[in-house]
Amino acid sequence: MADTKKETGPSGSDGRIRVGWFTFSCCEDNTIVMTEIMNDHWQEWKKIFDFRHARVLRKHNVLDELDIAFVEGAIASDAHRQELEKIRERSKLLVAVGSCAVTGMPSAQRNLFSEEQKKEIEFLVARFAALPEVLKVADVVKVDAEVPGCPMNPETFLKVVNEAVARLKGE
Amino acid sequence: MHTVDLSLDHISKIEGAASLEVRIRDAKVEHVHLKIMEYKRFYTRAIEGKPAVAVPQLLSRICGTCSNAHVMCAVEAAERALGVKPSPKTMRLRHLTMYGLNIRDHALHLYLFAMPDMYGKDSFLDFDEDDEEQHQHLHDAFDIKAAGNYLSTLVAGRSVHATYPTVGGFMKHPDEAGIGEAVKRLKEIRPAVLRMIDTFRKCDFSFDRQTEFMALVPSDHFGFIDGEIVSSDGCRVGEQDFRQHLEHVVLPYSMASAYTHEGKEFMVGALARVNLAKDKLHPQTAESIGPALEAFPSTDIYHNNLAQAIEVLHCLDHAVEILEKEDLSSEPPVKPEMRAGVGIGVVEAPRGTLYHRIETDDKGMVTRGEVIVPTGQNQINMERDIAGLVNGLLPDTDKETIEFEIEKLIRAYDPCMSCASHFLKVNWDEA
Repeated sequence: MADTKKETGPSGSDGRIRVGWFTFSCCEDNTIVMTEIMNDHWQEWKKIFDFRHARVLRKHNVLDELDIAFVEGAIASDAHRQELEKIRERSKLLVAVGSCAVTGMPSAQRNLFSEEQKKEIEFLVARFAALPEVLKVADVVKVDAEVPGCPMNPETFLKVVNEAVARLKGE
Repeated sequence: MHTVDLSLDHISKIEGAASLEVRIRDAKVEHVHLKIMEYKRFYTRAIEGKPAVAVPQLLSRICGTCSNAHVMCAVEAAERALGVKPSPKTMRLRHLTMYGLNIRDHALHLYLFAMPDMYGKDSFLDFDEDDEEQHQHLHDAFDIKAAGNYLSTLVAGRSVHATYPTVGGFMKHPDEAGIGEAVKRLKEIRPAVLRMIDTFRKCDFSFDRQTEFMALVPSDHFGFIDGEIVSSDGCRVGEQDFRQHLEHVVLPYSMASAYTHEGKEFMVGALARVNLAKDKLHPQTAESIGPALEAFPSTDIYHNNLAQAIEVLHCLDHAVEILEKEDLSSEPPVKPEMRAGVGIGVVEAPRGTLYHRIETDDKGMVTRGEVIVPTGQNQINMERDIAGLVNGLLPDTDKETIEFEIEKLIRAYDPCMSCASHFLKVNWDEA
């Protein structure tokens, strides 16, 4: 398990909480739900969050010190695993969002294939250097909070966000 | 810059991720490889042995943003395999499901992905609230998205991985209060949608290259779930014969499948739909946006943005008409027959034509499946456009500008790598 950063107050020099949104193997349904939650919360989020790393929202992304890393998707390759470990090392809190991150499924459905099905897909797994079995996020790094659901439940997500913000502010 | 291998990592502000490799020799592009690098999740294998009626919910998970289009397409494929004919009321609800999806999805692409390039911003969230125009866009974006989201939730249960649509109909029907609220919200955003159309009409981005367009074109009104497959070279085929229209091309560097039509690249998506069926748009839409429609038919890829904006207005106008005038009251789903068969579903997803094909055994279990997504169909056309764009910028344009122009062009296609697979990285191969 990768090391985690010590929890203190928000890292941003402007007092905003530094947030990262990361996607691994999945359908990105949680990204879409997050942008839908933003319909009602964008003004508040602009004030309190600095989206340091969110490819869906910006081109210039920085992976330095993060207060909260939201991770969706399952881990399908060694490159994924290394990137996730790097994110963990640089984040105070890591939240797994959505079913693929929390349980691995359905992105990990090939783990349950019959021997015959596994043989049929073997060449593709080998061609793109995928892991023999797809992993959930907690198989690779320590997870501080989870938002289950396919897609994630918006109310649970907001609850987890509010709790994380309170924790970072030492409330 | 005469000889270079360009490598673009992580194309941002698109759905999913891909990498791009451009090889330049003697100031000319030798090749462009758009590599869709998302790890395969093997959905067409995973549905084998599962009941056809359960397949739409699983295939929905191919893609979050297009999920409701996958649900509609898979339901249609399963119904055709199992001999189910949906009622007119069900078809109305399916139109509404696609309208909610397109309003929400196009607004996300147009405001959050495409518009920052027009204002020289890194992110839509960096728009200046003290600037009157940018302030208006911020509010319009989230208001339009929210109205689309509301319509999807009312009709389909959720805007992502819809829960109400099923083989044979809908599990739940909208109530009067919800219908009234949806009409109110949709009418409220109409001025914002007109502003959005005007913004993209005035946008001076341009890249024009002759290519072919293909879409599912309905016989009556502009829509996303029925019709014939039509191409701009005059071909027309029924949904059942879609395979005659497409040739599969293996690109060994990409995790996704690509396609050609009669050996040539083509484009699917809003630009194709508006080019091929602008005369079928809702009368109120056509009346409100006259000058914007004059741009079509167009071969300028940036008109895909304008076409999406126009589609949002059509979705809104037709949705209001259906909600106000049509019967949407509850009825039980038609019961499917568990039987052996072949079913083909074809819908226009926000990014273009989506095909699902399933085969069932005599117990209604899936024995084989195939899914062809829009981004796979656009892949070769995108690569040729990128080659044309880069050739036009060489030899005097700096690398950073070329990379920005490539990303901007790719964003105009609104590609979905989750569907095709995922992620963008440009690799410059310089010698």
